[in-house]
Amino acid sequence: MLDKTETSQPESAPSDKDTKIDCRHIDVFYGEKQAIFDISMPIRDRSVTAFIGPSGCGKSTFLRCMNRMNDTIDGARVEGEIIMDGADINDPTVDPVLLRSRVGMVFQKPNPFPKSIFDNIAYGARIHGLASSKSDLENIVETSLVRAGLWDEVKDRLASPGTGLSGGQQQRLCIARAIAVNPEVILMDEPCSALDPIATARIEELIDELREQYCLVIVTHSMQQAARVSQNTAFFHLGKLIEMGETEMMFTNPSNQRTQDYITGRFG
Amino acid sequence: MTDAPEATPIERPSSFASEAAMKRLKRRHAAERRFRAYGLVAIGFAILALLVLVLSILTQAWSAFTRHEVVFDLTMERELIAPEGRDQPEQIASNVTGFNTLVQQDLLATFPETGRTRQLRREVFALTTRLAVLPIAHKVAEQPDLIDETVSVRAALSDDLDLYLKGGATDRRAMVAGQAGIIAANEAGLIEIEEIGDSRFAAFQSAVADLEGTDPSVLLRVDDTWFTLESINTNSLIASYLTGPAPLLGDRYETPIDALIIKTPASNRTVSDRQIAWTTMLNEQGRIKRVFNSGLFTQADSTYPELAGAAAAIVGSIFTMIVTALFAIPVGILAAVYLEEFAPKNRLTDLIEVNINNLAAVPSIVFGLLGAAVFLNLFGMPRSVPLVGGLVLGLLVLPTVIIASRAALKSVPPSIRTAALGLGASRTQAVFHHVLPLAAPGILTGAIIAMARALGETAPLLLIGMVAFVNEVPTRADQESTVLPVLIYKWFSGAERAWEPMTSAVIIILLVFLVLMNLAAVMLRRRFERRW
Ligand SMILES: Nc1ncnc2c1ncn2[C@@H]1O[C@H](COP(=O)(O)OP(=O)(O)OP(=O)(O)O)[C@@H](O)[C@H]1O
Ligand SMILES: [Mg+2]
Repeated sequence: MLDKTETSQPESAPSDKDTKIDCRHIDVFYGEKQAIFDISMPIRDRSVTAFIGPSGCGKSTFLRCMNRMNDTIDGARVEGEIIMDGADINDPTVDPVLLRSRVGMVFQKPNPFPKSIFDNIAYGARIHGLASSKSDLENIVETSLVRAGLWDEVKDRLASPGTGLSGGQQQRLCIARAIAVNPEVILMDEPCSALDPIATARIEELIDELREQYCLVIVTHSMQQAARVSQNTAFFHLGKLIEMGETEMMFTNPSNQRTQDYITGRFG
Repeated sequence: MTDAPEATPIERPSSFASEAAMKRLKRRHAAERRFRAYGLVAIGFAILALLVLVLSILTQAWSAFTRHEVVFDLTMERELIAPEGRDQPEQIASNVTGFNTLVQQDLLATFPETGRTRQLRREVFALTTRLAVLPIAHKVAEQPDLIDETVSVRAALSDDLDLYLKGGATDRRAMVAGQAGIIAANEAGLIEIEEIGDSRFAAFQSAVADLEGTDPSVLLRVDDTWFTLESINTNSLIASYLTGPAPLLGDRYETPIDALIIKTPASNRTVSDRQIAWTTMLNEQGRIKRVFNSGLFTQADSTYPELAGAAAAIVGSIFTMIVTALFAIPVGILAAVYLEEFAPKNRLTDLIEVNINNLAAVPSIVFGLLGAAVFLNLFGMPRSVPLVGGLVLGLLVLPTVIIASRAALKSVPPSIRTAALGLGASRTQAVFHHVLPLAAPGILTGAIIAMARALGETAPLLLIGMVAFVNEVPTRADQESTVLPVLIYKWFSGAERAWEPMTSAVIIILLVFLVLMNLAAVMLRRRFERRW
């Protein structure tokens, strides 16, 4: 049992000009069941924010709020405000389709379309009308693949199916696909959980590079990974935000006992 | 409890090699071998059943794919086929009587003895049916310069004689009866054929004796003259003249006597002794040709088996299938896409789902009743047309298409949908760009299975009048027509023996259709799968 002082939510940090997304008092319900309890947090632009916490604590659920992917789940309901660039993304006037072109997502399991590598990358650009000509499109595909660090490996076989790549390559393909629509935010839900250490290192490198231009949020079960790639870390437990702060602080001097226990591997 | 691990130390590798373990292993392998054997037996049985089915139909149908035609060299006399006032092409084309007279004159000239009585004339004219001259009439109508020319034409042999030539219609046996000596007339007005001691005479005698009391016909032939056997003496045969050149009475022949013993009594068959003799003579003169029965694919139905074809039913089936496909496949796929991808999960959609599953199990005849009530009575659409038939069959297979399409859509991994949605595709885009193409092979297979079911369906079509007699090949989907399974049903209930192979032939056509459809399904599947 947790006592009162421990369950109180930390004060949401005052949103400054660096804040890309400001989440205010978010509750998420799956049918009757509440999965997220009144979470508020600012997410900073041009930096990596890591979500950590034991399995089932609501990291993915909270992540999905930010591009309204919860809308696609039957019975899911989101309450609260998520302010992105000054506007609430949950406002009925906001088109989730448009929102998702601004907030890209990379999933836990690589999920390339069973199409050619080229078409995988080009798809988003095509539906959003980002390319006016074929050479434009080729340009987008090339830059996206280069930025995802996959270009050298696949430049000779852009017409072969994306599903024929290795797991790590597929995940980088998915990242390239997300980059290709030119989003402002990229959400990554355990992007390395299916990968070996070498592929993981490549993706971490990639995340580090992407930080210069994007606002990234990454869910991870690896403390080391969170420590390596993120600037801010949020610790979730049972649908609540326990603690959030600069990664360095969180890992060296967490203010909450449970954060300390989780990071040092004593529970979770 | 805590002591337990020590009390029972876990036995490891040795236990895998123990006698009991080896026995267990042996039993497991035996069970596996047994199971494989069962599987092989089951597959073997299925293949055998299929082979027997196909072979029996093929042997039955084989004879229907060819037919016999009689060759006539006819002079197209103007006053008969295109007399003054009736010489327009369409009048010539329908002048069945005129052309038939030409054929009959030719038959009378070929078998002069038949001119004597009405009965004989009727028998010889029955070698071909009246309507068998229609193709000739059409040809002359198209090429009027053939009038007054001598033209070699062919007319279908009557179905019974066709069957006879193919070995059916009678139970018969040909043999040599002996050697003819002097042929003379006896005092009873019959012919006496002397037998001059051929060794085969005895065998013939006993063959005839064996049939004592069953009323067989025994036809004899000496040179080209045909007789019917009346009785057998010790060294001669008493017979009556049947047909062919008159025998030279008093001459010594010294040629073999051919005998044809027809065990089926004349009262039990549709071909007379004379017709058999005439047909045999024409055949030996090379005036009967066995040709591919193209009429089966070009002619519409007829009351005469030798003129009947399945063309109307083939075209009707094609039209019906097109209507069914155009109706059931898009509607079925759209319904499945909506239910699977867009519909909220609630009571109403559950109810719809249960009802669709139930509809798939409703007997097809019920759909016929529904079609008759709605399309014919309510909407006043015409009876017996492929349009209505196709709609009824469409309703019938709609649940199948929906269920198959839903299953195919369900099998597309959800990660594809989330991937598309995550990129900012709308739901419709996610479905039509990614999910549907991936589900296409499964949907296609389901659709084609549904179409195959519709193709073989008979009962509902009977109720909307597609059993009507159709003697013209339809050219539009709103013209009277019939379909292959209904034609099978109709021909199978035909009285004449000749309908039997015809029925099998249509079954084969239907099976060929099914095989083609399945091939198309396989090829489409391949194509779609290669794209990914
Ligand atoms: N589609 C859903 N329907 C109902 N409940 C759900 C659904 N998705 C998640 N939940 C519930 O919401 C809670 C949070 O789940 P979530 O997937 O966000 O956890 P997580 O932190 O991402 O866990 P993990 O680290 O294992 O991925 C869990 O209790 C889960 O059972
Ligand atoms: Mg998760």
